[in-house]
Amino acid sequence: MTTLNVNGRPLAVDADPATPVLWALRDNLGLTGTKFGCGAALCGACTVHMDGQAIRSCVTPISAVEGRRLTTIEAVTAGQDRVGTAVHAAWVKHDVAQCGYCQSGQIMSATAFLKSLPRGKQPSAAEIDAAMAGNVCRCGTYARIRAAVADAARALA
Amino acid sequence: MIASALNEALARGELPRALQHLLERDAAPLAEGAPLPRRRFLKLAGAGGLALGAWPVLAADAPANGPAGPKPTERPAAFVQIAGDGTVTVTVNRLEFGQGVHTALPLVLAEELDADWSRVRAQLGTNDIAYADPLWGMHLTGGSTALKHSFKQYRELGARARAMLVAAAAERWKVDAATLRTSAGSVTGPGGKRASYGELAEAAMRQPVPAAVTLKDPQQFRLIGKPTRRLDAKAKSSGRQDFGIDMKLPGQLTAVIARPPVFGAKLASVDDAAARAMPGVKAVLRVPLDRGAEGVAVIATGYWPARQAREALKLQWDTAAVEKVDSQRQLAQYRELAGQSGPRQFDADMAPLDNAPKKIEAEFVFPYLAHAPMEPLNCTVRLSDRGAELWVGSQMPGLDGMAAAGVFGLKPEQVKVNVQMAGGGFGRRAIPTSEYVVEACQIAKAARAAGLDAPVRTLWSREDDIHGGYYRPMHLHRARIGFDAQGRVTAWDHVLVGQSITAGTPFEAMMVKNGIDATAVEGMRAPYPLPMRLTVHHPKVNVPVLWWRSVGSTHTAFVMETLIDEIARSTNQDPVAYRLALIGTQHPRHRAALQLAVDRSGYGRKTLAAGRAWGVAVHESFESVVAYVVEASLQDGRPKLERVTAGVHCNLAVNPLTVEAQVQGAALMGLATCLPGAAITLKDGVVEQHNFGEYAVPRITDMPQIAVHIVPSAEPPTGMGEPGLPPLAPAFANAVARLTGKPQRALPFVV
Repeated sequence: MTTLNVNGRPLAVDADPATPVLWALRDNLGLTGTKFGCGAALCGACTVHMDGQAIRSCVTPISAVEGRRLTTIEAVTAGQDRVGTAVHAAWVKHDVAQCGYCQSGQIMSATAFLKSLPRGKQPSAAEIDAAMAGNVCRCGTYARIRAAVADAARALA
Repeated sequence: MIASALNEALARGELPRALQHLLERDAAPLAEGAPLPRRRFLKLAGAGGLALGAWPVLAADAPANGPAGPKPTERPAAFVQIAGDGTVTVTVNRLEFGQGVHTALPLVLAEELDADWSRVRAQLGTNDIAYADPLWGMHLTGGSTALKHSFKQYRELGARARAMLVAAAAERWKVDAATLRTSAGSVTGPGGKRASYGELAEAAMRQPVPAAVTLKDPQQFRLIGKPTRRLDAKAKSSGRQDFGIDMKLPGQLTAVIARPPVFGAKLASVDDAAARAMPGVKAVLRVPLDRGAEGVAVIATGYWPARQAREALKLQWDTAAVEKVDSQRQLAQYRELAGQSGPRQFDADMAPLDNAPKKIEAEFVFPYLAHAPMEPLNCTVRLSDRGAELWVGSQMPGLDGMAAAGVFGLKPEQVKVNVQMAGGGFGRRAIPTSEYVVEACQIAKAARAAGLDAPVRTLWSREDDIHGGYYRPMHLHRARIGFDAQGRVTAWDHVLVGQSITAGTPFEAMMVKNGIDATAVEGMRAPYPLPMRLTVHHPKVNVPVLWWRSVGSTHTAFVMETLIDEIARSTNQDPVAYRLALIGTQHPRHRAALQLAVDRSGYGRKTLAAGRAWGVAVHESFESVVAYVVEASLQDGRPKLERVTAGVHCNLAVNPLTVEAQVQGAALMGLATCLPGAAITLKDGVVEQHNFGEYAVPRITDMPQIAVHIVPSAEPPTGMGEPGLPPLAPAFANAVARLTGKPQRALPFVV
């Protein structure tokens, strides 16, 4: 039994300690907002935050996150998180999603990125691209992702 | 009535008209009410257990010969529910996998219903016959047809529901219905009378469904044509949107499949002792797989234990009986085939070639491509004594339901397919053999036989997906073109080699004519009046192939638009002027799209930054035309797409915001085919790519600046899911050719 701190709550997971956080979240805890895309840290669909840092949950075993704070898309967009709320609003405003499957991971990467910036700093286009380059979108929503991240940054200034 | 013609045709055992139309791309555009050619229905024998022949049986449920009344596809009750609180829920008869149909069709219905858009919700349908495409006669999301085929259907559904609400109000107020008006979810009448749709909904449902309704004049549209955000935008921006992979039924188990390394191979031996002993594992079962193959399914409490147990299997495969494809050898074989005679799609006098003042001889190679939708394939199956229920993100739930019924020995009506929101698809979820659904059903059947009474979700890994076949076929094109100093083409001898997508499927009978698969040659020659001879070879290869977003145009547009550009370059002509002169006056939509892209891009007026070059291409696919004017550069010798301006002609743009998104996305997918890593190759029968590492897909850093412009039109809409893809790669290639002086003859680019 492993206890994970997920979205501020301690949750017991009865799984092999080598189980990736992704599958503990999805299959054991029913938090399916975090998505499976590649299983190899190549696409970013599974992105969650560990102590505020964006990590790929598909290659991170639950044994490695005990005692760490995990945050998932469900909490980031629930309205309590200032940056997550701004990112969610920008995503809706720019009608970013197409199939939407990768967007949890995109939003988690964007939120971690904006939180990493000094308050009020507006990221450059190149910085936004660099921050989002680990997240694949097959539908090709990248143009709107760029616009949404920049817009969220302005809203947070 | 579209649907009545359809059902009557089906009852007579004839092909739906649009399917015929698809066969006859060069024939006159589909005209509603045109007489149906008398043609026999598909021959279905031996087609992977599919029971397409059941269509007429299902259609017989519709009152083709019975009392007059709305057909299943016209029944408002199947498509629109109005709750007491005024919420309008519209059922969408397509798969939503990014293209925006889950917003577009409700928008169309809401327009005629005069609904309050803020109260409109959408849900996806099932394999119920009501949700068949009214023109295809089958459940199909594909061919960019949703709006093209269902625009009128959803308008009429909305108008019928509105008429029933008005009739209910007239009855309540004892006034003539003609004196009543509707707007934003309410009926208003003389003397300030007003009732909301929610108040009237129950009484409206008791009203007869009107046989005929009058639709709005397009000038009255207040929703259609306005940029509208997606109904699923909030859910998809918060992790709250459920996809097929998120199914969680009580007691549900997860299965993964160990598949043979070579398509169609069988098991020689299985040692599953270690796998069975692993925690969470419920069963390890041998199962029949697609193409006569065998495999082993591991069923466990979740994906991770199932996958770990799969790793622990010790399997030996018997690949002796199946062809082991090698991409290098295959290319050599294709080259040999290209030199042989074969069936002709077009014919023309090739005599002028010998003495032509100018000539181009070119060979093009296109690789296999995987669809790689972001959501790995999955299908959840629950079996009971009464029947089966499936949850799957399918483009063809009707066929999938029938295929499932075949696996279980059930009647088609005993199988319910619940269409799930899908994380991309690009054609991979429209499988004529229903391969991944059939495999999931075989597992569910084997699990039940083994005493497991639980729903089973079969889930693919990304490696399963990349290895899994059903690729866009590899192609070889060869062209010999003779022309004069003015660029006038005197003879164009063209050969195309590639597997037929539809051969061996139920679609073969209608798609393959004279030995030529229509999906392989679509996009050749048109819109240019060229003296072309087109010879086609369809070799049989042990690699399953499938339609891939924009299908034949993924390669034909590249060949046509780069060669046309090369003729312009070699005769020192402007590529836009050359195209416009060649197109002439016969194709006004091509002209308008190209001219719009040219005007908005600054082409011919603006001086490009040093190191940049223009590239142009225009192509029609699925009855929409997209033109691109692009700017490209070379960075460390690598081509970079900097900026894209699109001119789009899709007739009436129902939701311009979606048209823009689809063009942005299709452009990126077209760009993907140009970049390193966009190829599936095989060695000794085994696919050499495994995941997004080897099969690379574009990142945000590859995305060009892009602007999408739409030619205004009030004509009935044509689709936009695919047409943005084909002209991107040739436009980019044409810019690169101007930068390097060398034409691109392959995708991905060779630099």
